[in-house]
Amino acid sequence: AASMELPPSQYPAARAAALATGYLCYRRGGPGLGLALRHVRRARRQDIDDVGHKYHLELVLEDVLDKDSTVNCTAEVLYHLGNKHIAPDVQFTIEGELKNTDEADNTFYNRIKSLDKELVAENIPDSHGNVSPEMEPIHLLAWVASGYVIWQNSTENTKFQLACIKHVKQVKRSDEYLEFDYTILLHEMVSQEIIPWQMTVLWHPQHGVQVTQDSRQLKPTWE
Amino acid sequence: DQVLHIVPETFQQVQHLQHLCSTLPLDLWKPLLPEDIWAGKDLHIRIPAPLVQEIKDSLDQHMISYKVLIPDVQELVDWSMPRESSHRQVPEGYVYTQYHPMEEIYQWMTQIQKSNAELVTQHYLGKTMENRTMYYLKISQPSDKTKKIIWMDCGIHAREWISPAFCQWFVKEILQNYKSDPKISRFLQNLDLYVLPVLNIDGYIYSWEKDRLWRKNRSPHMNGTCYGTDLNRNFNSAWGSIGVSYNCSSEIFCGSGPESEPETRAVAQFIERKKSDILCYLTIHSYGQYILTPYGSTPKPPSNSEELMHVAQKAAAALMGKYGTRYEVGSTSLILYSNSGSSRDWAHTIGIPFSYTFELRDKGTHGFVLPPDQIQPTCEETM
Repeated sequence: AASMELPPSQYPAARAAALATGYLCYRRGGPGLGLALRHVRRARRQDIDDVGHKYHLELVLEDVLDKDSTVNCTAEVLYHLGNKHIAPDVQFTIEGELKNTDEADNTFYNRIKSLDKELVAENIPDSHGNVSPEMEPIHLLAWVASGYVIWQNSTENTKFQLACIKHVKQVKRSDEYLEFDYTILLHEMVSQEIIPWQMTVLWHPQHGVQVTQDSRQLKPTWE
Repeated sequence: DQVLHIVPETFQQVQHLQHLCSTLPLDLWKPLLPEDIWAGKDLHIRIPAPLVQEIKDSLDQHMISYKVLIPDVQELVDWSMPRESSHRQVPEGYVYTQYHPMEEIYQWMTQIQKSNAELVTQHYLGKTMENRTMYYLKISQPSDKTKKIIWMDCGIHAREWISPAFCQWFVKEILQNYKSDPKISRFLQNLDLYVLPVLNIDGYIYSWEKDRLWRKNRSPHMNGTCYGTDLNRNFNSAWGSIGVSYNCSSEIFCGSGPESEPETRAVAQFIERKKSDILCYLTIHSYGQYILTPYGSTPKPPSNSEELMHVAQKAAAALMGKYGTRYEVGSTSLILYSNSGSSRDWAHTIGIPFSYTFELRDKGTHGFVLPPDQIQPTCEETM
């Protein structure tokens, strides 16, 4: 099927781009590197009979910790037809190199490994938007891991962003991995809903980020 | 005492600053230690009052540029203490680069009017669901001609804290610069500005006290088991038709009918009364970095679409010129999603020609929880 050019600022491209960014960030990010979408340069859509809608995107991403540092990438997002709960297929190519975070990763890894008690924290960022420097890697890890949840749960009618970390607690492990149990809040743009989500995140400097378990939570009723 | 903001550019400048820190009783706020002063990194330093002039002279001599971040530290300290008397000069003591709870915003409005009585008057608009008073500020240069009006409201959605922060900043900028800035003074010769710093007061307070990510107002439904109508789905423009929920538990619940909410009615009644004089309706939200034009309920463009887009594109270009921040321009129904009952659409349908929604920083990295160090650049560029 032929592909049609999409206005990059309009929502179909924007939603696919958010999904692609989440996936890409999950695959390439870590406690030292989070990537966010700066803007969509170009977008095309192909409607493939009996398969679904495929978006071709040219994106500019920025380093969450250093907005002036940007990277170009191309991505393809295939939303599958029908109501099967299959996550969209995403493929991407990054132009150039992402920053090397070995030193920061090792520092963070050793810091957590040497804690007497398992790390526990709440409300990152705080209500004013502040994240303390010690919590920044924990924040980025959630940012990266939320990319997985966003990828797995997005459709052409949704656009998710991580709103904040409600709660995080480190889980002791006997092997070399670090494990954190997060409760995050996701903001869904179309419905404007704030959705609590639990995710179990594994990380190791050489093995990247993995979400081993995740589940949508019920919103607590305050009153 | 003053706090200065310096960004050293060269190693020589760094050295000079470190020298000053080690020889004089200066108080480094950021970084904490002189050895962490680097070229290219923000420096915030408190200078005791008796040394202020000497330090500034020394900086000038060494071609080190600086900005006064806090002109009077004591005033700031006094301001942040609970106090009964309200004779402080707000433009100096109020910190516009921080988020303020509603209590302080009320005090700020009173102060602003007091210290700028020749230009600013505070007016009653209505009451919220929880019976709090809604006030708007009218900025108007006395003149014998009737002027057209630009209306701007902030804080229709509780969690979008950068929005009321922008309204306050905007007022401050106008008042501080209307005598010295020819653009602003010409503006005020021909136009009156009406600013509503917080539309959804109950919701805003709730987001400070109970739930930071609350969006709606605080009207009770279903016997008090469910709260809140989305005020930006409650206006009488294609109300309840698309992009809404009829269920109170939803964030986009449109209410029991158009203008069912007292906050909506307060704004709508006022604007309706003044509509023949209102040239431009602006409503400030976050996040996303957009300048949105009508409509949300249909992709069909409004009658003056070309002119609307042209003005918006010029605004976006000017905005980008400041810090390179990219704002996308277009109608809500194409850029974001379909919605109905928005204040901006309603303003346009009753005849206000220029009607825009601004979605301020950022694009989602912080979202609603934009850190205070972004207040200044966001406001400066949007100005």
